[in-house]
Amino acid sequence: MDALSWGQIFGRMAWQFWPVWAALILTFAVSVRFKRRLGLYGKLYDSPVGMIGFGLVMFWVFTALFSGVIMTHDPLTQVSGMKNALPGFPQKGTEGAYYLLGGDNLARDVFSRMVAGSVLVIQIAPMATVFAFMVGITLGLPAGYYGGKLDTGLSFLANLILAFPVILLFYLLVTPEIVQSGLPQYIGVVLFLFPLIFLTVLINSRLYVKPALRNLLVGLVAVIGGWLYLSLLSSPGTRIDLLPPQADALEMPGNILIVFVSVVFVNAPTVFRIVRGLVLDIKTRDYVAASQTRGEGPWYIMLWEILPNARGPLIVDFCLRIGYTTILLGTLGFFGLGLSPESPDWGSTINAGRRLLSIFVHPAIVPALALMSLVLGLNLLADGLREESLKD
Amino acid sequence: MPVFLIRRVLTMVLTALCLTFVVFYLTNLPPNLEKLAKSEASSRMSDADVESWIERNGYGRPVLVRYGEWLGITPGWTRTEDGVTTGRCIERGQDPATAPLRCGILQGDWGFSTVFKQPVSLIIAERLGATGVLMLWVMIVMVPASLLIGVLSGMREGSRLDRGLSIFSIASTATPEYVSGVVLIALFASTSTGLSPWLAEQGWISGKTLFMGTATSALDSGITFWNFGLPVMTIALYGIGYIARMTRASMTEVMTAQYIRTARLKGVSFGNVVMKHALRNALIAPFTVIMLQFPWLLNGVVIVETLFNYKGFGWTLVQAAGNNDIELLLACSVVAVFVVLMTQLISDIGYVFLNPRIRVS
Repeated sequence: MDALSWGQIFGRMAWQFWPVWAALILTFAVSVRFKRRLGLYGKLYDSPVGMIGFGLVMFWVFTALFSGVIMTHDPLTQVSGMKNALPGFPQKGTEGAYYLLGGDNLARDVFSRMVAGSVLVIQIAPMATVFAFMVGITLGLPAGYYGGKLDTGLSFLANLILAFPVILLFYLLVTPEIVQSGLPQYIGVVLFLFPLIFLTVLINSRLYVKPALRNLLVGLVAVIGGWLYLSLLSSPGTRIDLLPPQADALEMPGNILIVFVSVVFVNAPTVFRIVRGLVLDIKTRDYVAASQTRGEGPWYIMLWEILPNARGPLIVDFCLRIGYTTILLGTLGFFGLGLSPESPDWGSTINAGRRLLSIFVHPAIVPALALMSLVLGLNLLADGLREESLKD
Repeated sequence: MPVFLIRRVLTMVLTALCLTFVVFYLTNLPPNLEKLAKSEASSRMSDADVESWIERNGYGRPVLVRYGEWLGITPGWTRTEDGVTTGRCIERGQDPATAPLRCGILQGDWGFSTVFKQPVSLIIAERLGATGVLMLWVMIVMVPASLLIGVLSGMREGSRLDRGLSIFSIASTATPEYVSGVVLIALFASTSTGLSPWLAEQGWISGKTLFMGTATSALDSGITFWNFGLPVMTIALYGIGYIARMTRASMTEVMTAQYIRTARLKGVSFGNVVMKHALRNALIAPFTVIMLQFPWLLNGVVIVETLFNYKGFGWTLVQAAGNNDIELLLACSVVAVFVVLMTQLISDIGYVFLNPRIRVS
């Protein structure tokens, strides 16, 4: 069999991605049809920049969703004779099997590894950003609203973490010796508590006048959330091994948990500062004074008066921050921290590919371009959202 | 102003103390010390041997006391065994009576690197010099380029030039150093792909590649365009987008101000308005951004120095952290934290000087 030409390679790749194209077309068709009823999301379709960004982001989201169909090979299997194979190289002995984007120096398929890497990023980056936002909001609201000693203390802590060079912090948190001591897990114990606190306070501040409903909802949060909390944190064989394996709903490999925790830890202080700044601005508005006069509690004002009115900048920052989290995940992989060396995430693949970069370019450049396009999409999306939300 | 300065400096010192203590604590956790003992003495030590090594070398005492020793505010440990006195401040073969009581960073003693087998202060000074050269070139490329892009696109908001340059700045902020570095190497420094093979075929370049994929030779045989071009471009590219966007925002704001309209209505040419009236006011905000960009660059420097194998500060930090070289890592973090805090202070003060509307009490 001959090697494929570049045209054939792109043709075959486009064919492999067919579920993604179908899903993208469906999403865009439905959204454009109903864009007037979809609020800020619908307005996104008025801005070309925002639409391109959203398209890029959704491309990777759908790629992660349909990764099983898209991958041509197993991302971890090594095939003999395919070491550093050039793009479009046919696999010996198997008719019609090609390494579309070549093989890496362990003879694995670069294309499939890129697709498998998107799954990791799409799983971790948005979730970690949500957690960072929960922490930042739960601490930033009271810091800005009450001010005083609480604000001074929390701001000092946030600045402390921000003054750390990120890479040094990663090295300190993710090296095996420190992982062994359980420190990242203990940080996780504290950080993962914040979504629970946030939801409980959110429900309680609104529904404290209807105790029956409040008790039901808070109870649900405590039971479901608490169970998720425990199953997220506990992993057998480490310092925190709380749940029996049967009750463990989310089996997160220990490495990924640590990466997750450190990324949340790095992002939370910035979110805190943004939220605090927004609250300082919004709390002087008349509607806040009105609800204070009405006799609303401080948490009701923070969560139901101030927070909804701060949503514009927060949504924009959320998009940007997912991009930044993706970059951070790549940085971790690039320095070989946290994730296992054979993991197909983009950072680790770039790190593995850079050793032979001057001879074989494809193993490193494919994940590099993938990462760049996702982050670019998120930045364009944020830009589109900012423009559209300013038009109101 | 003096009160503001004093308060800022005090907060800085407190922050630096907290941060170095965190690093000190984390690098001195028991598993790290065990690893240190095994790498320093012998890798096949029994647990009891490790214990006694740690005890003998002064690592066994409370963390706070040892942190004080490292700082140089508590006296260094001494220990007399079989009539021989050893201690933190006593060098091998030195008479214990002549040794100083305290030796820490306050006395200028930064310790000894276990990886490079050299005094830490020497290593740090040398490597910081190397990184300083890199940073200098990055600044020379980055600052004019980003200000130019920002001013050009902010000059006429919404024009085609503005759209194009804005997309470029977004793309450059979306490309972390390890991505742009890889792409640039593939384009300019690979023997098989990109521009180099084509250029070599045409006979326009004498070597095999246009640029060199590593910057190691820059330290030995001097900096040239060929070995320094790519690292500098890689770091600068990431910063350019961000500073350009800030400059653009500040420029568009200035361009809509009343006095600019007045100047235009008076009949001043557009070029003159931009150069003489708008530029000075538009450059206040980017100044702060450029200053705050330094800590950012620190990250970029670590990645780029690792990628291009340039033995500067960032490379040293990675080596120290990867090999658990406690004293070198502590020195690196002191330098890094100092850089971050100093730039914050300078940007605050500079902002006050540049912008007369800001008052600090």
